[in-house]
Amino acid sequence: MSNKIHIGIASDRVNPSVALNQRVPKIYTPGEVITEQNELMRGHGTYEEDGCLKSSVAGLKEEVNKLISIKPLKSRYNGEIGDVVVGRITEVQQRRWKVETNSRLDSVLLLSSVNLPGGELRRRSAEDEHMMRKYLQEGDLISAEVQNVFTDGSLSLHTRSLKYGKLSQGVLIKVFPALIKRSKTRFHNLSVGASVILGNNGFIWICPTVNTEEESVGGFIQNLEYIVPIEEREIIARIRNCILALAQSKMMLFDTSILFAFEESKKYAVAELLLPEAMVDVALLTQQRLTLLENQ
Amino acid sequence: MSKKKELVSKIGLRLDGRRADELRRVRCKMGVFSQPDGSAYIEQGLTKVLAAVYGPHQVRGNRSKAQHDSAIVNCQFSMAVFSTSERKKRPRGDRKSSEMSIHLRQALLAAIKVELYPWSQIDIYVEVLHADGGVYPACVNAATLALIDAGIPLKEYVCACSASLANNDIPMVDISHQEEMLGGPTLTIAALPMSEKIVLMEMSQRFHIDHLPKVMAKALKGCKDIKVILDEAVRSHVEDVGCSTGWSNTSQKIKV
Repeated sequence: MSNKIHIGIASDRVNPSVALNQRVPKIYTPGEVITEQNELMRGHGTYEEDGCLKSSVAGLKEEVNKLISIKPLKSRYNGEIGDVVVGRITEVQQRRWKVETNSRLDSVLLLSSVNLPGGELRRRSAEDEHMMRKYLQEGDLISAEVQNVFTDGSLSLHTRSLKYGKLSQGVLIKVFPALIKRSKTRFHNLSVGASVILGNNGFIWICPTVNTEEESVGGFIQNLEYIVPIEEREIIARIRNCILALAQSKMMLFDTSILFAFEESKKYAVAELLLPEAMVDVALLTQQRLTLLENQ
Repeated sequence: MSKKKELVSKIGLRLDGRRADELRRVRCKMGVFSQPDGSAYIEQGLTKVLAAVYGPHQVRGNRSKAQHDSAIVNCQFSMAVFSTSERKKRPRGDRKSSEMSIHLRQALLAAIKVELYPWSQIDIYVEVLHADGGVYPACVNAATLALIDAGIPLKEYVCACSASLANNDIPMVDISHQEEMLGGPTLTIAALPMSEKIVLMEMSQRFHIDHLPKVMAKALKGCKDIKVILDEAVRSHVEDVGCSTGWSNTSQKIKV
């Protein structure tokens, strides 16, 4: 079997940047003095020293009344109540699962905050505790909602809705959480024939479109028998490569940008989309369409 | 001419054509990898170093190490087997590498605000691709950039620089491998350049104590110069990323 191998030399590497010429706001870097007034409150990314408020990260200033914080452009996921996240089970403990969610501490999913098969009002017995590994075991992927944020920054998740639960067949992509645009809906059934879950924590799940009526049990069904047709797999692979291209060029990810990138990528074969030139091209074309859309 | 070659010529130039107070060319890049939370690449002259930062994340492995009031910082220094003129047997784990890891950790701990991340762990991996003198300073500088890229709070930049004494009189900054070999004591310091705090100082060989203040001042000046270069790189990186994302997810509303 002969595969086409692409080897480029370092000197003619493509620059993935698609930055537009924009007015640049003031950037603060670690150790820089923000203000010498001391009636202001210090928020995240700042600290006080010698009566001055200083920045501790590289980013932009955010001011809410007297609270000043510096927000870095890239960091670990800071959860907020109501966020939808995609995570991976790392541990099964007494009455809880530990979930890796790209946060600075592992999140917890309590046995009492999942919907067990058998309806909303089912009592959780000691037997359920023994059966926990049967529902979710180490390595399983889930989608969940943030229920609570503890003082140490760890999150408590819940899957008390049919939307959430164990993920079965699909592809996971990890990007920086800051690249996910905040919006109301996190579950997108793209018209091209696949579903995308844009987790606020930067984990993106792409799966074949499922009819929601079928899955009334919610939660723990994982249908690995079902064979996804090759066309759907190609669509999923293409979406994955498009998202990777956008993420490499640090473009925001939301349904429209993914759709645009998908349409612009049509001139390439799925595998070609992994070439750096093609990735930048797709990102640039998407960028142009988005600016057009914005200016309308 | 004496047995020992002069490190600074009569017209004030060093072996590689620099003046005594000139740094080698510094080139750096942030965000070179996609997998780690932060990464950076730095070139100081021919010394090339890659750094990657993972975390803060849940403590893996030995859970009892987790601390309730601060994050654990874990440093690993390694040198690629092809980085020196003689091929190295093992990239890490030898005495020199472990010592470097400890020194790196000491310098970085002085700046990282670990108290913000209880029960967490921060991993810093540094790999030398090409060693040409000043390996430790390059590693510290690369690690600083990677930490900033990862969005981990720092009190300020940590910069490191080496200095030496030429012809038993002239202090010179940023020592290359050639100059290290030709002799002359090397003083390496890691400092917080804005508050002028020295967080690590190391010296090979010795010179008269009268020379110490001026050599140290030279090294500190070198740290400050490096800080300016790093700061510029950080700003241009943030600008580049910000313009690509259109500054969304920030409170700034900017029109094209």
